[in-house]
Amino acid sequence: MNEVLLLHYEIRGGDFIHAGESSGHVKNILKRLGFHPNLIRRTAIAMYEGEINMVIHAGGGTADVKITPEQIEIRLADHGPGIKNLDLAMREGYSTASDSVRELGFGAGMGLPNMKKYADDLKIRTAVGKGTTVSILTKVSRNQG
Amino acid sequence: MSEFYHSVTLNSESCKGCNNCMKRCPTEAIRVRNGKAHIITERCIDCGECIRVCPNHAKQAVSDPLSRISDFPYSVALPAPAFFGQFKNLDSLDQVLTALKQIGFQDVFEVSRSAETVSRYTEQLMKSDRLNRPVISSACPAVTRLIRVRFPNLCRNVLPLLPPVEIAARMARREAVQKSGLNPEQIGIFFISPCPAKATYIHMPLGTEKSEIDGVLSINDVYLEIVGIISRIEHPEPLSQSSRIGVGWAGSGGEASVLPSDNYLAADGIENVIKVLSEIEDDKLDTLDFIELDACCGGCVGGVLTVENPYVAKSRIQKLLKTLPSSRQQHRDEVPSSALWTVPLEYVPVMKLHDDVATAMKMMKQIEDLVQEMPGLDCGSCGAPACRAFSEDVVRGLASRGDCIFKRREQVQRLVEELSSLENYLPPPFRKPEDEDGAEKED
Ligand SMILES: Nc1ncnc2c1ncn2[C@@H]1O[C@H](COP(=O)(O)OP(=O)(O)O)[C@@H](O)[C@H]1O
Ligand code: SF4
Ligand SMILES: [Mg+2]
Repeated sequence: MNEVLLLHYEIRGGDFIHAGESSGHVKNILKRLGFHPNLIRRTAIAMYEGEINMVIHAGGGTADVKITPEQIEIRLADHGPGIKNLDLAMREGYSTASDSVRELGFGAGMGLPNMKKYADDLKIRTAVGKGTTVSILTKVSRNQG
Repeated sequence: MSEFYHSVTLNSESCKGCNNCMKRCPTEAIRVRNGKAHIITERCIDCGECIRVCPNHAKQAVSDPLSRISDFPYSVALPAPAFFGQFKNLDSLDQVLTALKQIGFQDVFEVSRSAETVSRYTEQLMKSDRLNRPVISSACPAVTRLIRVRFPNLCRNVLPLLPPVEIAARMARREAVQKSGLNPEQIGIFFISPCPAKATYIHMPLGTEKSEIDGVLSINDVYLEIVGIISRIEHPEPLSQSSRIGVGWAGSGGEASVLPSDNYLAADGIENVIKVLSEIEDDKLDTLDFIELDACCGGCVGGVLTVENPYVAKSRIQKLLKTLPSSRQQHRDEVPSSALWTVPLEYVPVMKLHDDVATAMKMMKQIEDLVQEMPGLDCGSCGAPACRAFSEDVVRGLASRGDCIFKRREQVQRLVEELSSLENYLPPPFRKPEDEDGAEKED
């Protein structure tokens, strides 16, 4: 039977100071498990971006991480405003972040494009007024050899 | 020789088994067992934090005694830039250098001289665009070792240049051979070090197979040897060949601030260094060109083998810098390959739970479960630095659950409850009618 490790995090909206703690925790766990450094990097950055997005755009949410020896699946779910135009949101530099959020150093519009770049599979389900679920998959096989 | 050499060691007799060092260790490398601290050798990065905090001076750094210099017919002293910040009322570096010759060294070679060389080389390499940004300085071996065990993705960002002390050792030997006419092996190269991290470096160098340094003396030992004679030196020999650029390396920011790019950051103190490294790892500092990191507060003037408080030493260095030329060297040519690393920095996963991922995952599950059960006080009475580290030790089989006094209390409480339920027990013939329905009376 395949080994599975499940992790769950509650992410508070608007908490910029602690944003990134869950992805930081996952990063440390992956190091302990001995995954390839590049896989750790890709996973941690993709999750960090998704986590931050929930903090700034969606009023918080939950993160569920499923680790197996072959891959890491991260599901970030929120009940925020949803994304109106996903194609636009995926573009580099596109951001709806407010000025005050930008002043804090967020809102460069690179989060979703980076998630796309680092993930082996990225699925986004979103409904305006209902919320967004982002599923990030990273695979060990990409870092072998 | 063992796989790990450390210059940080424990004097068991002085150790009282308190947990000061254990709680400060940045790699969770210390456990207290049987009333004494123990160092988990593969995790230790020789940063010296434990030496700094130990109230009983039980943690020590191994260095060579001054007498070792007489093992060689010709010995050269290599004082670290921070050495010059230890002395009160110094007018020039020459006083210190002359004093070193008076205590038995045949010659001196300031590490600050090659620090300037390394500054020039760094500038050249940064121009070439061959390096991964942000470039992280490789001058502090404690930081480089920390990266190697905790930040696998940053190994490729570390500047692949030998540190000033190694380059100084090579240049000093060459010069000494020329001056003395002796063979290279007859020259003793002695570094006067601010820290155990650099003492370890000569036994287990980074970036090269073998260090050219023959011995390491601690700044505080050599300080005591020369502090008395310095004031009596009336005509110091004109020995110094250092510039402001090189001597400035003594303090945090000295290395980074002389590079052409203003896009740099300098952090000092191991906790701050860890924070910065985590941010680089998350791509948050990717707009920076250069990052200087010093394990000690204030930079090498804060090294654990120094005498003076780092802020005082830094202020003295500032004053001395005014006596020096701004620079002494110009390098427009290519960086010689001899100055570059020949051994790449590789990740050493000492924190890994198990070689097999599935087994490691099983262990991690148990650890996470146990962490939930723990009181979360990180009190250290179990002999581990935090509840999480303790849980890990339990799962690794290095500690047992009952070593946590709170867990032990729960066990005792359960026992007490069992005992008291036994004590209150009455066999049916002796029970009174009102007890029959189980109701207890309170007044
Ligand atoms: N979880 C989310 N909920 C609502 N909107 C989101 C969410 N994630 C992303 N978005 C939208 O997509 C845009 C682009 O996201 P991203 O590329 O991460 O850039 P940034 O976060 O810097 O604005 C955001 O500005 C926002 O409008
Ligand atoms: S900052 Fe300097 S003195 Fe401190 S450990 Fe690093 S090299 Fe040694
Ligand atoms: Mg974003």
